[in-house]
Amino acid sequence: MATYQLTVNGQRKQVNVDPSTPLLWVLREDLKMTGTKYGCGISACGACTVHLNGVATRSCVVPVSLVGDRPIVTIEGVANDPVGRVVQNAWVEKDVVQCGYCQSGQIMSAVALLKATPKPTDENIEESMGGNLCRCATYVRIREAIKNASQKIK
Amino acid sequence: MRTAMKRKNDLQLDRRSFLRVSSVAAGGLLVSLYFDLPAASAQGNQPAKIYPPDAFVHIRPDGKIMITVNRLEFGQGVHTALPMVLADELDADWSQVIAELAPAAEVYKDPVFGMQMVGGSGSIAHSFQQYRELGAKVRAMLVATAADRWRVTPDQCRTEASMVHGPNKQRAKYADLAIDAARKTVPEKVTLKNPSQFRIIGKAVPRIDSRSKCDGSQKFGLDLDLPGMKIAVVAHPPVFGGKVKSVNDAEARQVEGVRDVFEIPLVKGSGVAVVADKFWPAKQARDLLKIDWDLSGIELPDSAQLWTKYRELARTRGNVAVTRGDEKLIDQIAAPNRIVAEFEFPYLAHAPMEPLNATVRFDGDAAEAWVPSQFQTMDQMTIGQVLGLKPEQVTFHTEFAGGGFGRRAVIDAHVPREAAVIAKRLRGTPVTLIWTREDDVRGGYYRPMHAHRVEVGIGPDGMPAAWRHVIVGQSLVAGTPFEGMIKNGVDETAVEGTSDTSYIIPDFHVSAHHPKVNVPVLWWRSVGHTHNAFVMETLIDELATRAKMGAIAYRRKLLKPEAKKLRAALDLLEQKTLWSKRLPPQGHAFGIACHESFETAVACAVEVSIENKRPRIHQATLAVHCGMAVNPLTIESQFQGGIGFGLTQLVGQGAITLKDGRVEQRNFDGYTPPYIADVPVSVDVHIVPSTEAPTGCGEPPVPVISPAVVNALARLTGKRYRSLPLVSI
Repeated sequence: MATYQLTVNGQRKQVNVDPSTPLLWVLREDLKMTGTKYGCGISACGACTVHLNGVATRSCVVPVSLVGDRPIVTIEGVANDPVGRVVQNAWVEKDVVQCGYCQSGQIMSAVALLKATPKPTDENIEESMGGNLCRCATYVRIREAIKNASQKIK
Repeated sequence: MRTAMKRKNDLQLDRRSFLRVSSVAAGGLLVSLYFDLPAASAQGNQPAKIYPPDAFVHIRPDGKIMITVNRLEFGQGVHTALPMVLADELDADWSQVIAELAPAAEVYKDPVFGMQMVGGSGSIAHSFQQYRELGAKVRAMLVATAADRWRVTPDQCRTEASMVHGPNKQRAKYADLAIDAARKTVPEKVTLKNPSQFRIIGKAVPRIDSRSKCDGSQKFGLDLDLPGMKIAVVAHPPVFGGKVKSVNDAEARQVEGVRDVFEIPLVKGSGVAVVADKFWPAKQARDLLKIDWDLSGIELPDSAQLWTKYRELARTRGNVAVTRGDEKLIDQIAAPNRIVAEFEFPYLAHAPMEPLNATVRFDGDAAEAWVPSQFQTMDQMTIGQVLGLKPEQVTFHTEFAGGGFGRRAVIDAHVPREAAVIAKRLRGTPVTLIWTREDDVRGGYYRPMHAHRVEVGIGPDGMPAAWRHVIVGQSLVAGTPFEGMIKNGVDETAVEGTSDTSYIIPDFHVSAHHPKVNVPVLWWRSVGHTHNAFVMETLIDELATRAKMGAIAYRRKLLKPEAKKLRAALDLLEQKTLWSKRLPPQGHAFGIACHESFETAVACAVEVSIENKRPRIHQATLAVHCGMAVNPLTIESQFQGGIGFGLTQLVGQGAITLKDGRVEQRNFDGYTPPYIADVPVSVDVHIVPSTEAPTGCGEPPVPVISPAVVNALARLTGKRYRSLPLVSI
């Protein structure tokens, strides 16, 4: 066990866990932030996507010991970001969700995309969202919501 | 669910009463209506069922109306649609309607199945009438109460937006009438609205659970956090039915946070459970277990060998599903006018996004369970059996589920069963069993693999004159309490979509073999239609091409006159699809397919090209006849998503295979469902206007997409595709 200081959604948090513990499980079990989801554990589905220093990152394969002082943003904090709020609202406006389990990860990936590329093409969308699995296959509306959000970002 | 517990304690009422009244913790009033469901009353002289004190409608003092949904929400939108149905007849203010998922209880059984479950695309189809009547009855009680107060007759009053209006401009809010209304006798009969009076049904209503699923606040089964809760994972045998011979857990026990390691019985064979404070130590410890497995006497299924066996079986007649005309007629048709086609479909995992899980706490004389369950009746009963309790001694909470597609409706309830076995040992401690993604991909309960062999004799008019069809695949219900569903040796779920085809084929013979294989199998969204629609719709397309007829015209000519829904869907598709209006761009082709399942007809057109040796689906147009459209927004969503799910069987790595008894895939790196680039860029869904009873929308999208895509590919390559997954084009 080791102690780590993490910055999650702008707040300082301290956890005492095994260094190999993936950030995903630290968020879910130690910090009780369950919006970030476990889907595969091998970075193949994107349900666990968070922003690490602004970069969309699969938290299921990042050991807590490698996080360092990089700030973490999760779905619970993404509304504090203007782009994050626009994306969440676009998701609601387009009624994207079905079961909803993967949508935290989808939204985190979409926010990262739109921050880097405010006017994405279909190819940009497929590239950035290409690792986020949705078994309900809400992809058509995800694409629409990203385009909708893109129009609203100043 | 916490409220359900409160309610149980708060309600002390005459059990014979159909109406239950109580003040609840929040100070509101609970209006519970119970009536004999058709399935319960159909059982004749059994004593009247006593329903537990739970409710469907709760009108709160603040004006909020809580509507209880009698089945799982796992994406299909029933948590919005059933409240819409009830709220419409109630004339509730929709902006004040909230919803909750019902716990397991007699009163929440599906009125058609007589069990509490989601299946057969029945969420709306089965409960539409039920929820309308509930809404209308509560409304009638509220109106009668207002009429009494104002000394007028109920028919002088009208209702709108949770308000009763009297003849002399009197107004009363539902919330202010509820306490007195609950003392009224529940009317036996009520007049339901004429569809033209609907205010909510038929409108594109956004989902109630949308915001909570976009901000991380929606809790799923895996998100439970109970005081003192432990996490369990299980090491399952490498071959189905394997047993633990010996286990060395010395290293595993040294992982900090591990509380217990012990062998547990499984439905077949045994495994080793690891219980820890949190998931990571549990998984780390499981990885450190050294288990010697006893596989003696166990069949080692192997895909290559199974295909050989299945192909041979497909050349012999099986148990007869349907036989019409002269079975030997086809042998008299000259070879150039015959098609012999062999099809192969692999095992498929459902792989819902939320890994399988169940939480159970055993208290000796009672238990409590939290399960994202499609099949509450079976899951609750099984937990009870393991713990030596009656089902009603297990308080069973239905948790939101991250998908399911059939995977959370398992007859042997193996996941809750494992959780209960572990909870029994940890008496008093709530324990969440998590099946990791590897457990899920390797854990069986797949859509069974199937082989089809079809011989078609073509008549002089280019239409099929004779059809001999053999289907080989495991039965879903053999050896289960539902075995009675097998008729004349045929499991209907293996032949559905072929044996009941809507096409006119005068000489028609379908038979089935159901080999026993040591691989657990399960219904997978749209069940037998997944493979039967593929076979029928690719063959019909091939016949149309040979006859030099248009794909829609040929199908229309071949459809039975009574296939009205399919005809309407094809007509609408023809109006809406670009197919009819322009030629495809260079390198693109159109493909179509249509199919009726769960009483809903779907016609689908796609525009496809080939990119990087894979089908690229640019656009899909769907025309749907699903009776009355309760929520067109959800229906569109189900169809857009359902075709994406259907593409699971077309993607290159869409197969579960076995070698020497072991599943060869382990996670989404080897079993790879469709991602965003694998599905159509745009999907437009058109609904045939109808006032007929609503029919299923969850499963019917799935069967049409794969045949439509390969029918388009056939136009590009000249090849017919009969083995899935589509590894090469």
